Amino acid sequence: MVEHRPIVTLISHLVLIFGVAIIAFPIWITFVASTHEAARMVQIPLPLLPGDQFFKNLEQTLFKGLEGAGAPPVGFMMVNSLIMALMIAGGKIAISLISAFAIVYFKFPFRMGFFWMIFITLMLPVEVRILPTFEVVANLGMLNTYWGLSIPLIASATATFMFRQVFLTIPDELLEAARIDGAGPMRFFIDILVPLSRTNIAALFVILFIYGWNQYLWPLLVTTDQSMYTVVMGIKQMLEAAEQSPDWHQIMMTSLLAMLPPVFVVVFMQRLFVKGLTETEK
Amino acid sequence: MAEIHLRQVGKSYGEVEVLQGIDWKIGDGEFVVIVGPSGCGKSTLLRMIAGLESITQGEISIGDRVVNDLEPAERDIAMVFQNYALYPHMSVYNNMAYGLKIRGIPKDEIERRVKQTAEILEIGDYLTRAPRQLSGGQRQRVAMGRAIVREPSVFLFDEPLSNLDAKLRVQMRLEIKKLQQRLGITSVYVTHDQVEAMTLGHRLMVLNGGHVEQLGTPIELYERPLTKFVAGFIGSPSMNFLEAKMSEDGSKAHFTGGNSLELPAHLSGHGDRRVSVGMRPEHLLLDENGSNTASATVHVVEHLGADTLVHGTFGNDDGPELVVRLDGIKTIGQDEVLTLSIDPNNIHLFDPDSGKRLNT
Repeated sequence: MVEHRPIVTLISHLVLIFGVAIIAFPIWITFVASTHEAARMVQIPLPLLPGDQFFKNLEQTLFKGLEGAGAPPVGFMMVNSLIMALMIAGGKIAISLISAFAIVYFKFPFRMGFFWMIFITLMLPVEVRILPTFEVVANLGMLNTYWGLSIPLIASATATFMFRQVFLTIPDELLEAARIDGAGPMRFFIDILVPLSRTNIAALFVILFIYGWNQYLWPLLVTTDQSMYTVVMGIKQMLEAAEQSPDWHQIMMTSLLAMLPPVFVVVFMQRLFVKGLTETEK
Repeated sequence: MAEIHLRQVGKSYGEVEVLQGIDWKIGDGEFVVIVGPSGCGKSTLLRMIAGLESITQGEISIGDRVVNDLEPAERDIAMVFQNYALYPHMSVYNNMAYGLKIRGIPKDEIERRVKQTAEILEIGDYLTRAPRQLSGGQRQRVAMGRAIVREPSVFLFDEPLSNLDAKLRVQMRLEIKKLQQRLGITSVYVTHDQVEAMTLGHRLMVLNGGHVEQLGTPIELYERPLTKFVAGFIGSPSMNFLEAKMSEDGSKAHFTGGNSLELPAHLSGHGDRRVSVGMRPEHLLLDENGSNTASATVHVVEHLGADTLVHGTFGNDDGPELVVRLDGIKTIGQDEVLTLSIDPNNIHLFDPDSGKRLNT
């Protein structure tokens, strides 16, 4: 439906601008807060225009950590978060690709049984199985390690299911042509299936990276050592850090920094991401 | 280069038999065509030779090896698929080189072979393109290139032309034929198109419902179809089948609609019975003075330029339907009554129930 009436255009623009404002305003406040001194942030009214302390705050937060709290610098926590998010995204994609490959291309007993078992794990996110999972991870001695942070979050029914659908759209003749060309199953997987799922992998990577980056509850549970803190849980720790009033300028700076990697991932992979979710021609 | 030998080959999925008792020896360098209507099992048979379907009965050998339990890659074959099955993410060059790479052939040898094949097929300019940037005919060439570059001992074609438009199909058909003559590689070609079958094959296998109707050269199949099915399948427009009653001495056939025709001389033993008389549209001639004549009533006339197709009934309006193909452009009006003649030797007789040929 395409209409060219000025009043409709005006109203739709107003609605859109209002929507953008609602989403952008908190981010603006976060940015403004990160550019002022600690003292300014406890005065009322709160500032709405940026101050001049941005780079000082940035340096302090990124490399030194919260004043007086003894917490690790945020830069350090971001590295932890990055490693965890990459391990989760990478691990999920690798495992889902392989299991979808097995389910679609191999005939073995109870194939559909396995498929449904994988599917049913959708009903068991970490929050539901948190106690037994913690027990297992603790017994394996994986507390305060990157493995402990990422492995329990790696199994993924959604990604397996998605790759299964992708593989089902790939014509059988390609498999047959590859067989005649002499490609064994793993060669077919690596040379044909993975390249053909490239855009889907990219789309999934974006989603899973953000999922991993935003993990809060699980890292909170398995990390007691400050050197393993991730940035999302770090923000929360900062709020409760000391008896003194919260250092809003640094907390807001941390939030700002925590927002950046997912934004980068989305911006740089946007083209592939959209293609991966919409492309149907193989 | 190799012979293919099928011995009592059959295929069943559980209880359902889709192919049975197929015996055929395909000679070295021969181009054979398996032809039949859809669902007759022709593609299944080809895929069994390729190794993409298991063989449930009998034995297939290529060269002097029984290949029943060999993987497709070990059978020394190459296949061209109906939808080409090019790897969409690889360039034309890589599509052709992939099989060679897996076989561990050195890089410079691969390059030499791909270049040479590309030259034969005139696709040298597209080597760096992706399949999606090519037209249907070009993709077809690449698919054939991928097969040729492997230098296999057997080519298998699974309806390779059916995705092309009519003009391109004729052109590619000719090219396939030339190519096969030039390379001299044993080829098995599956199609449902009788023109492709007639023009391409040295020999044909006509399949119907999972069993062989007839084996033979295109000319044999055209001149002496052994069953009504083959007679109707080969030739275009297809043969007219007219129900008739045979005279007691077997020399004449009487049709509803008032006509009678003389039959080939050697049928005297079959007298006084119902028969199905087969006459090819092109064998019915417009000839008042011919010896073996009958009348036909015209309903519709189609002018094709080179010939004229006349649709009508044999005898008067109550007679059976008939198509006649006359040479050149003829001006014929609707409801006109034509006098047609036919050489008795061009008459095929079939048993109306079993469909088997009666005249020898």
